[in-house]
Amino acid sequence: MKPAPFHYVRADALDEALDALHEGGDQARVIAGGQSLVPMLNMRLARPSVLVDITRVPELKRIEQRKEQVRVGAAVRQVELERWAPLAGLLPMIAAMMPWVGHTQTRSRGTICGSLAHADPSAELPLALLALGGEMHLRNRRKKRVLPASAFFMGMMATAVEPGEMIEAVAFPTHPMGTGTAFREIARRHGDFAIVACAAIARPDGANRLAVGGVADTPQAIDLPDPSDDGFEDALNEFAWSLGARDDLHASARYRRDLVRSLGRQTVKEAIACRS
Amino acid sequence: MPKLSRAGRHAIGFRLNGRAVTAQAPARMLLTDLLRHVLGETGTHVGCEHGVCGACTVQVDGEPVRACLMLAAQAEGADIRTVEGLEPAAGELSPLQAAFREHFALQCGFCTAGILMSLDALLARAPDASEDAIREHLSGHLCRCTGYAPIVNAALAAQAQMKEEEDANA
Repeated sequence: MKPAPFHYVRADALDEALDALHEGGDQARVIAGGQSLVPMLNMRLARPSVLVDITRVPELKRIEQRKEQVRVGAAVRQVELERWAPLAGLLPMIAAMMPWVGHTQTRSRGTICGSLAHADPSAELPLALLALGGEMHLRNRRKKRVLPASAFFMGMMATAVEPGEMIEAVAFPTHPMGTGTAFREIARRHGDFAIVACAAIARPDGANRLAVGGVADTPQAIDLPDPSDDGFEDALNEFAWSLGARDDLHASARYRRDLVRSLGRQTVKEAIACRS
Repeated sequence: MPKLSRAGRHAIGFRLNGRAVTAQAPARMLLTDLLRHVLGETGTHVGCEHGVCGACTVQVDGEPVRACLMLAAQAEGADIRTVEGLEPAAGELSPLQAAFREHFALQCGFCTAGILMSLDALLARAPDASEDAIREHLSGHLCRCTGYAPIVNAALAAQAQMKEEEDANA
């Protein structure tokens, strides 16, 4: 349970990190907090030959409140966003999620963007990216690109990040007054991987969106009518079946589908109740 | 931009329990192994080595951190505190350590160092932490002996003791 040998580069500036990634090509990996990558290194599921540490790059350490979005740099630790005073007002869904992201002892080092880069199907932050309609800001030495969740997550623990490219930041949109959000999760123990996690957003115009993690290979979302509407239950049921739930050690496919329906309904209702 | 080659050892400088240290480590070495094998500080225990059990938890710049999920190289310039740094004076237990003994909050002791470092960080940051907050904090640790209840009791007792001392000093 020790990492295979690698060269370690500690970047002091963004262009240094990008140059090192370019040089390393598909053998190079970015390391920030390391809370997802180091277990992969220890178990030798990942064997990069170069690690580029970006935690000391000043421009990646910022949380910026912009017009209608919050931009979180790639070196911002989860605990920093969790303790950021405006979080509950601007991004209440993420504020509700943060205590569920790993444990205090991993949030102290793990980064927001690192969890997104890891793309675990049951992780909370990828679910937030999809539910809120956030954007991943990627760049390599020459160009930048911006991807929504649907184009960023390619599959279980697979993302669109290419060799030589890195995540620079994630931007989460803040929502106008009158929008409600909610988050619920079922796990075996607090801090364990989610069996099912639900995030919902209820817009002022009555449109609802439910995103579900822990079931399919990537988080999935559906637009739903009001729970009092006749079509609600059928749409939710169809969505639950569409996720292709599988039996595993933690839960049966049937239990997962049932959770998508029951927890999903509760989460949408809670988001609507918060819409004021 | 420092580059640590995969071959050989590299000097890494940081503070450990209040004193400046420089240690030689390969680029791939974990902080746990730097502490135990290079510096001989074996109070930090190593359990699962993938961040699940919490036995190796230390404090990095005041925050509880898994030493098995941190590269030794990432410790450069950090302020690290391990269980060896908890005692206020040689041979004297901190209020938290004393409460662990008083409340039978350990049996085999394997998980204890990590739990002490976590709870110490919590009580320093949130002296009024609720029992729920303490339990949530403990969810990041596995203990197979105690059933956790004595650990919660010890944390609450230490919290009360620390407050009493603070009031007496005020």
